Order: sequence, then C-alpha cells, then structure tokens
Amino acid sequence: MSNLLIYPIIIPLLMAMVLVFFRDRIKLQQWLTVLSLLATIGVSLFTVYYVSTEQILVLELGGWSAPFGIVLVGDMLAVVLVAVASFVTLMCLLYGFQSIDTGHKKHFVYPMILVLLTGVNGSFLTGDIFNLFVFFEVMLISSYVLIALGGRKIQLRESMKYVIINIIASTLFVIATAYLYAATGTLNLAHLSERIALAGQDGLLTAISFLYLTVFGLKSGLLLFFWLPGSYSAPPPPIAALFAALLTKVGVYTIIRTFTLLFYHKPEITHTVMLWMAALTMILGALGAVSHWEIKKILSYNVIISVGFILFGVAVGTEQSLSGSFYYLIHDMLSKALIFITGGAIINIFGTDKLKEFSGLILFRPLLGWLFFIGMLALAGVPPLSGFIGKVMILQGAIAAGELAVSIIGLITSLMVLYSILKIFIHSFWGETLMSEGQEYSTGKHALLPGTILVVCIVAMGLGAEWVNTYVTQATEVMVNPNLYIEAVLKQ
Amino acid sequence: METFMIILSGILFTIATYLILNKNFLRIVLGITLFSHATHMMLMAINGLKRGAAPLLGEHADAYTDPIPQALILTSIVISFALTALLLVLGYRTYIELGTDNMKKLRGESHE
Repeated sequence: MSNLLIYPIIIPLLMAMVLVFFRDRIKLQQWLTVLSLLATIGVSLFTVYYVSTEQILVLELGGWSAPFGIVLVGDMLAVVLVAVASFVTLMCLLYGFQSIDTGHKKHFVYPMILVLLTGVNGSFLTGDIFNLFVFFEVMLISSYVLIALGGRKIQLRESMKYVIINIIASTLFVIATAYLYAATGTLNLAHLSERIALAGQDGLLTAISFLYLTVFGLKSGLLLFFWLPGSYSAPPPPIAALFAALLTKVGVYTIIRTFTLLFYHKPEITHTVMLWMAALTMILGALGAVSHWEIKKILSYNVIISVGFILFGVAVGTEQSLSGSFYYLIHDMLSKALIFITGGAIINIFGTDKLKEFSGLILFRPLLGWLFFIGMLALAGVPPLSGFIGKVMILQGAIAAGELAVSIIGLITSLMVLYSILKIFIHSFWGETLMSEGQEYSTGKHALLPGTILVVCIVAMGLGAEWVNTYVTQATEVMVNPNLYIEAVLKQ
Repeated sequence: METFMIILSGILFTIATYLILNKNFLRIVLGITLFSHATHMMLMAINGLKRGAAPLLGEHADAYTDPIPQALILTSIVISFALTALLLVLGYRTYIELGTDNMKKLRGESHE
C-alpha cells in the first residue's frame, strides 16, 4: 500500500515526458493532461481515505530503510495537500485550455505545468530535507520557464528578478542544510526531529532554524515578499492562478513542517519572530492591496496577506490555531484559484487590467459576476463559506493564547481584503455598460466551468466543515505530537 | 585544512555578495556562480575532510569518510549548472528585447 505515495509524483512526470513528443497535437496533449491529472487526483483521494482509516504511509525508496535512504512520508497534512494541489491544477488547466494562446501551447506549456505539479507533490510528500530541496528546484525551474514563456518584455523583466532571487534563496537552503547536517549528522526529517529533541535545541540549532525561516520566508512570501507582486502579474492569467494557488503554499507547508517537527523547542524565540513577521506581512500586504488599481497587482497582494494569516496561526502554535491554519491553507488554495481565474476572465474580456478603464460587466456576464462575488466573500471570511471557519479557528486559538494585538491586525486586514476585492467588483461589474456584445476581446466563458466547480467546493467546505474537520484533526495530531511522525518513519 | 577552506569560502562569499549587488547583469551571474561554489566548498569543509578509508565495506578500516556531503555537492552542482545556463539564456534574451543589461533600468514603468 505504501507504493501509493509514488504515484502523485511519477504520473505527472512520466506524462510530461510523453507530451514532449506530441508538440503540434494540442488536442491530444490536452486530453492526456486531463487524464493524467484525473488519475493523480483519484490516487491521491484514495491515499487520503487510506491514511484516514489505517495509518501514516511510509515508502522507503530503493528499499533502503529509514534514516539511511530517502523516504516518502504520507501523513494527513501531506496527502490532503497533494490531493488539493492536483485538483487545483486541473481547474487552472480547464480555464487555460481556452485562454492560453497557441504559441504557449506549442512551446510545451502543458509538460511544464505537469513538471511543476511533480515538484509540488514531491515537496509535500518527501521525508528528507535535502530531497525537499531537490523537489523545490524541480518546481522552481518549471516555474521559471512558465513565467518567461511568451517572451513579452514584462515577462522577461520580471522573470530575471524572480530567477535571481530564487537562486540565491536556494543556495541559502543548501547552506542551511549543510549546517544542519554538520550539527546533527542526519537529513531524514524524523531522525532530525528525534536527534534535536534528544540533544536539545541549543543556540546553534536556533540560528539554523532562523536561516531556514529566511529561506522559506523568501519562497512563501513571508515578509520577504518584495519579488512577488511583480512576478505574479507577469505570466498569463491561468499560469498566474496556478502560481498563486500552489507556489507560495509549498513554502508555507515547509514552514509548518519544519517548525512543528524540528524546531519546536524554543517557541519563545523562533515562533515570536515568526508571529511578528506574519503581522508585518499582513499589514504591508493589505496596504499594497488597497493602494493599487490593477487587478493583477491587487490579487497578488492578497496572496501575501493570506500567507501572513496562515503563518500567524502556525506561530501561535496551539492545537486549535494549527488546525485553523491547515483548514485555511486548503481554503486558500481553492479560493485563490477561483479569484485568479475569475479575475483573469475579467482581464481577458476587457483586454486590460486597469480598474478605471472598465465597468458594467454584470449585464454581460452575470454568472461570472456571481462567481467573483462568492470568491470575494470566501476570501474575506463571510459565513457559511470556507474562509470563515479557518479564520474563526485561528483567531480563537490566538486569543486563547493571549495574542490579542496580532489578532486585531488579522481582523482589520481581512476587512482590507474585502475592500480591495470589492473595489475590483464595483469597478468591473457595476456602473454603465461601456461595450456591447461582440466588442469584447474574449468571451470569458471558459472561466465559468472551473469557477463553478471551485465555488461548489468552497461552499461544500464551509457547510461540511464537520466532515472536513475529521481530516484536519488528524493532520493536527501529527503537528502537535511529532512522535507519531517519528514512530511511523523509524518504526520503533 | 578545514579552517583554511572555511576561510577561503568566506572570502568567496564576500566577493560573490559584492558581485550580486552590482547592477550589471553578467556580474550578477558571476556572483551567483561564485556563491554556489563557496557553498559547496563550505559544505565539504564543515562536515570534515578525509577522515578515514573510502566508504566501502571491503576496506576493513577503523574509520570511514562520510560520503553524504559529496553526494549533496554533486546534486547541488548539477542544479546550479542548469540554473546558470538558464539564467544566461534568459539574460541574453532580455538584453536583445529590452536593450539593456543594467538591472536598474529593468524596474518597469507604471503605464504598461
């Protein structure tokens, strides 16, 4: 049964290799991509079911037993994220089939998206910190290609900055791993956790943990997000949606993993710094979102705010706030995909993303308007949608732990999220209709199917919170009690 | 020997940081290359240089050298090689399209 864990990694990877041979047959590429993604989603949903009823899955690659070889570990946190990531990729592709131009399609955009998913799924599943670096690189290299593909001036310019920042961050990752290996003599996450707990987290290890926090902060956009708004507004909307839903979330996942499994012994130092980094991220992100007048920029800043909010829950570190963070992470992957897809459709219809240049879309595309509206409410955290429960759990945990100041910042920023997206809604859907049928640049209809599916998921996640909560609780158990993870991997 | 290598990699880090903070694109690429070299050297030195026999069971030695840092360096070298190639191609294309290799001129204008 443990072989289940390899499929979400190799199905997209093998299919990406196959697709390279069918460069000109776009229809065939699309069908094969959808089939492979459906297979990945199916396998990962079965894995979620299996892990929830049986135990944590561990796959020892090449038959080398745990601390010596590389392991893949499927605990609830990892397998749920794998399932959601594969699902969101499918949704972004359903939108992209119509809205990505032929030039992109003939230049391997589908294989690259599948390799990106390979890297994302691999980062979620791996149980080895150097292997995590390798999967991170797989993900990042394909994102470099996706961001530059098309070669417009803005894309080239932004991808230069994106690539340079990420190469330096990756080199810092190697440096941190070198220090960690020198200090503990192992790379396996479970083994590391055990050794750090035995030896005690001294000053050296705390310093290493800050190096990791910097690296993952750069990747996830925690405080060090200056590269993010520019580079996320460069690629075409479907790819931007994919980036917003997946890339920063992998960084968030690694922070959750390292700071609940490895460096949880000195929360008064590490978690306090993380708490204030998260608070600053929320404030600066909210200011950016409010001050801009382009759809892409506003939405990119919203990515930053939600990263701050999720890591706020992680920094508080109680059981309740951690489960809130996990819940909010799933919600955020779905709703960011929704808001980027519908926002992208607005940009496609008007041919520009400047808010002041358009209005009155509701007569044209009422369904698109409603989808965008629901996405906005979900992001702001209005019940009964999915954002509400995540926010409530994080804030309850935080207030119980006495973090009043940051909780208030969190609440105010969610109002600013609402305001910034409401601004897009009012400017694009209300007001006088400036164009008639046939004048639009693109119909925008291809966003309706993935948008509707995502809205159904968001509503279901809000109404079926009790059902989702059983999985969230299981994931949180491992975060709160690392011994479960260690026992599963090292089989003591 | 380890101390010497650590100092050497420290010097490389310094030079690399200086180069990365330049505005000229090619210097940044050189800086990134040096940065990863320094990292690899440090990874080698920090985990101890040759401490014993080759890590093969047939050697019957008292102590064996740890092969893991070398495996890590090999992986990391391959990745940084690929990234340097990609970065150079990207930089060349940017130079052709935008007509500049000065990072300060790549800020973008608000009216795009």
